[in-house]
Amino acid sequence: MTVTLSANEAADAPEENHAPRYAGLTAETWFRILAPSLIGVLALAGWEAVVRINEIPPYLLPGPLEVGRALIREWPSLSVSLLVTLQITFAALFVAAALGLLLSVLFAQSRIIEMSLFPYAVILQVTPVVAIAPLIIIWVDDIRLALLICAWIVAFFPILSNTTLGLNSADQNLTDLFRLYRASRWQVLCHLRLPTAMPYFLAGLRISGGLALIGAIVAEFVAGTGGRASGLAYRILEAGYQLQIPKMFAALVLVSLTGIAIFLAMSLISHLALRHWHESAMKDRR
Amino acid sequence: MVPAAVVTLQGVSKRYANGTLAVRGVDLSVQRGDFVSLLGPSGCGKSTVLRMMAGLIAPSSGRVEVAGGGETGDIGFVFQEPTLMPWASALKNVMLPLRLAGTARSEAERRARAALASVGLAGFESSYPRALSGGMKMRVSIARALVTRPRLLLMDEPFAALDEITRHKLNNDLLTLWEAERFTAVFVTHSVFESVYLSRRIVVMAARPGRVVEDLAVEAPYPRGEAFRTSADYAAHCRDISHALDRAMGA
Repeated sequence: MTVTLSANEAADAPEENHAPRYAGLTAETWFRILAPSLIGVLALAGWEAVVRINEIPPYLLPGPLEVGRALIREWPSLSVSLLVTLQITFAALFVAAALGLLLSVLFAQSRIIEMSLFPYAVILQVTPVVAIAPLIIIWVDDIRLALLICAWIVAFFPILSNTTLGLNSADQNLTDLFRLYRASRWQVLCHLRLPTAMPYFLAGLRISGGLALIGAIVAEFVAGTGGRASGLAYRILEAGYQLQIPKMFAALVLVSLTGIAIFLAMSLISHLALRHWHESAMKDRR
Repeated sequence: MVPAAVVTLQGVSKRYANGTLAVRGVDLSVQRGDFVSLLGPSGCGKSTVLRMMAGLIAPSSGRVEVAGGGETGDIGFVFQEPTLMPWASALKNVMLPLRLAGTARSEAERRARAALASVGLAGFESSYPRALSGGMKMRVSIARALVTRPRLLLMDEPFAALDEITRHKLNNDLLTLWEAERFTAVFVTHSVFESVYLSRRIVVMAARPGRVVEDLAVEAPYPRGEAFRTSADYAAHCRDISHALDRAMGA
């Protein structure tokens, strides 16, 4: 007698969903893109119409076309500021991810370390960054570094708490299996706990991406530094003082677009890392 | 050859931290090459006994001895759930015990491929658990347990969650593997039919506190196939074991 797979078992295996694709995307994906886009276009058209019909002056409320023109006109100074804000945001996000991961691995090694340090991570999180930003800006000479610290404080906690939760979520039976084969602490960490924590870490990263941007913007507002090498928040402040409302809107649009781009980038990373195995990346299966 | 005990329990009791007495005074010895089922109602401590054999939990009193000291990879364990790493392919899952023991990647891969083929899963090496059916996942789990060529294979209700057609097929395949590889098997189940079909010896346990109440032999030759499943002999054994189980539950 030989061992073979029965047709009954093979028939039970989940199959990939082979929905028809249009230009590489399924109808569902197209709908996800087109439906919000349509709403956006309608809202912008309505906004433009309201501004034109009521003849609202641009220093009170510019129409979207005027904002677009301001974006192009002011692009030389706005693009420099965008780059500054992006640098701070990504540096903060990177440090938050690295430190968050490192610290959560440390927490996972010992309950005592976790219980001793976790409350301080919470304190860091719940203290409003607007309230501590002035202090940090006074203490730290380098303004870029001060902004980075502020953005990091905001972005750090979701990664730390999510990854800590993930590292402690390893399947009990799998943990027993590793014990049966006498896996070392290091092997359990690398082959069981870190892979288990991966989706949690990525979810944390997705939240922290947006928070890092918010942290950077808030800190820039507080710092209020002038000069060419200042971020988008200062451009918003500056345009407000000078009543250049279209430019203010243009800077605001850039901030929003940056936030959306960061969110999409983090979602893409998450999808690519988890598409083979995690439920969250498995929408295409029946 | 004089049969030697692969695993021996002497006066073993287990009380959990919450005060529950899971098993009391279990004496049990499993001979090399035997196929033993632990049968009993929920809460009779059969899983606890199995986990003590694996060394996953320590007895509160008494002794558990595994012949040869229980080297790494000498014991295979199959859980009720497939317990696969969802982030790894079937091949990587089966390679795990070897990789943990420090076997070179190429050697581990060769043996894992052979183990997957032996459970009928040749061609599914790169499949992730999410893409496999329940029966196929259980096959991967069995391949992982057998890849180290263990002397003792412990199984904790491995087929309880599968449909009946698949369960019958996996019972047959398990017996084929057992006859080919000659490992010693301890199989926890609460199915009378499954225990009679598979085993040479059935240890019936009772609950509150968990203890061994009867120890019965199933005198039927291997290989056992569908003919055995429909024989009068099989029916008679099932009736006897059912009565023993009734007595255990009434006790």
